[in-house]
Amino acid sequence: MRVALFATCVNDALFPATAVATVRLLERLGVTVEFPAGQTCCGQPQYNTGYRRACEPLVRRTAKAFAGYDHVVTPSGSCVAMVRDNYPRIGARAAADGRGTELADLATGLVPRVVELTEFLTDVLGVEDVGAYFPHTVTYHPSCHGLRLLGLGERPRRLLGAVEGLELVELPGAEECCGFGGTFAVKNAAVSAAMAEDKLANALGTGARVLCGADNSCLLHLGGTLRRTGAPLRPLHLAEILASTEEHPWRPSA
Amino acid sequence: MSARSERTGNPAGTFLGMPAFPQAAAGAVRDERLRANLRHATRTIRDKRARAVAELADWAELRTAGKAIKDHTLRHLDRYLVQLEENVTAAGGTVHWAADAEEANRIVAGLVRATGRTEVVKVKSMATQEIELNEALAAEGITAYETDLAELIVQLGEDRPSHILVPAIHRNRAEIREIFADRMASWGRPAPEGLTDSPAELAEAARLHLREKFLRAEVAVSGANFMVAETGTLVVVESEGNGRMCLTLPRTLISVVGIEKVVPTWRDLEVFLQLLPRSSTAERMNPYTSLWTGTTEGDGPSEFHLVLLDNGRTAALADRIGRQALRCIRCSACLNVCPVYERAGGHAYGSVYPGPIGAVLSPQLRGTASAVDASLPYASSLCGACYEVCPVAIDIPEVLVHLRERVVEQGGHPLERAAMAAAGFVLDHPAALTAAERLAGRTRALHPRRLPGPGRAWTDTRDLPEVPAEPFRDWWRRNRT
Repeated sequence: MRVALFATCVNDALFPATAVATVRLLERLGVTVEFPAGQTCCGQPQYNTGYRRACEPLVRRTAKAFAGYDHVVTPSGSCVAMVRDNYPRIGARAAADGRGTELADLATGLVPRVVELTEFLTDVLGVEDVGAYFPHTVTYHPSCHGLRLLGLGERPRRLLGAVEGLELVELPGAEECCGFGGTFAVKNAAVSAAMAEDKLANALGTGARVLCGADNSCLLHLGGTLRRTGAPLRPLHLAEILASTEEHPWRPSA
Repeated sequence: MSARSERTGNPAGTFLGMPAFPQAAAGAVRDERLRANLRHATRTIRDKRARAVAELADWAELRTAGKAIKDHTLRHLDRYLVQLEENVTAAGGTVHWAADAEEANRIVAGLVRATGRTEVVKVKSMATQEIELNEALAAEGITAYETDLAELIVQLGEDRPSHILVPAIHRNRAEIREIFADRMASWGRPAPEGLTDSPAELAEAARLHLREKFLRAEVAVSGANFMVAETGTLVVVESEGNGRMCLTLPRTLISVVGIEKVVPTWRDLEVFLQLLPRSSTAERMNPYTSLWTGTTEGDGPSEFHLVLLDNGRTAALADRIGRQALRCIRCSACLNVCPVYERAGGHAYGSVYPGPIGAVLSPQLRGTASAVDASLPYASSLCGACYEVCPVAIDIPEVLVHLRERVVEQGGHPLERAAMAAAGFVLDHPAALTAAERLAGRTRALHPRRLPGPGRAWTDTRDLPEVPAEPFRDWWRRNRT
């Protein structure tokens, strides 16, 4: 089984600790992970802003970078959704424009192999208890793309529920969007900020000290708001919680 | 000037010259009372709808059937419209075809003038709002009285609707009491002395005020929720019974209906009569379903005119991705579940069709030339809640992104284009990406907490993320290769 890590551009550049945690977690579970250096970005920001044609080189790049791997594991639900839902659309549109089936073929080859981290853990490896230790109160925000586009369902909560020492508290209004939405966060900053405010009020109301998510782009937005307000809640990616053990507990990165 | 127009600085009663969505929405977000009204109302309907839908074990199948029937009908729209016309005509009605709002308004005004009357009563109708029929009739010296309770509140308040199903959702009871007490007298029967804001008293005040109109009216104007092609039957579903009064009491009935409202058969109608009430009012069945086929001697209006409205629909139909918006049955479930609508309110969308469905319908019906229409496809975080609740499975996020592409093609935003082009280069050249990441890491002590210019949109309420000392790819290089 050849497994590649698709770190995603946001994690590579801004949240390397999440990608490192994903590597350590998978290795602890006996998986050999590779990081193909040709990978960059899935093209989601461009696509969702209306620059479909600008994504085509990235579809090509991503498909080629991960050619030959059985599983392409991604600690980002929205990037998986981009590949799964939109790569075939990009391919179909190119074909409809009379530009051949190259992109459609690349999409067909890549899509079934790309999996979100919690899907890989529960569906491919068949584990729920990953042997993690994290003695903190945690609430979980299921980001929209993981929740609605991928249908991750209870997978993240089941993984968190099996972590030793972790107390999981339910987030009221969990299924509501945090207001990030990519360029929405700047194009409609006022509404985006109002959505973050409500999401964080719900999260703070749980009394949890950690706000867990499986998509760092949402946590970038919520974390930025938390830091501005100085609220006592730490945004943290699920992978970092699952990577934490009694021998190597989670520590804030430098 | 009404309270609403003071909020947005726009003339009451019209959507012309609306600012782009982000500006209008920013104003609405600051309006504490509006936010509280909307929060309470949308959440109440949202939860009720979820319960009503959960009652049906075959909801997913119904939704699939609704989508399939609409798609089939849209594919053969020419055929079903002609069949409808033949059957309406055979049943004693007259069918008129209107290519746009101006033509539809001209037809309706002509029909009303021919009756010799200067007043019409109206059944709540999105199509007539879309074409601004009331304003067009007023210009001809004809007064249109809205008879739906919420539309009455909007009309008396010189306001604009902010929701498809609940046009006055932005108003609370106290505001409605104030509007009734102040404004009813200048439109007809005044509000009772000492009117309070109890729902029963407000409803009674509206009942008394409207009854006078129903009993006097000779001409009614309606829309329709569905038109059954096989018999030429029109269908209006409603909760209050005011629509039924308008549809039965006057001598002349004029219905203005979008061409996408046709369904082939009664069997098809059955699917929508289950989907619509549960999705819109969270009822198993709506209280009033009025159906009529042409005219019937001695029963109801003796003259019936159907104005079939295109107004951009054929153009939308030609768009392979955008056409799915024409499946919409105007239930408004997408509005009630939308986090953006809940905070921005309906007026920010600058159209009679607010919320997620409005953001995909308005730019297709009106084009993307105006500031507000070009901004609507971006009025969404693409969270997908709208698609999830849509009873005819309109993939609203897919259409939004598709329309964003159209906005970009017409020029978009120069700075954004430049940024996308630069990102496109860097992301297709991993060496350049690594260099950029390392530069950001080395200079991180110098990064400001707040950005100037367009970056302020982020840093006004949020800190920038701390750039790590090294990107992941450098960690990998050091530790795993």
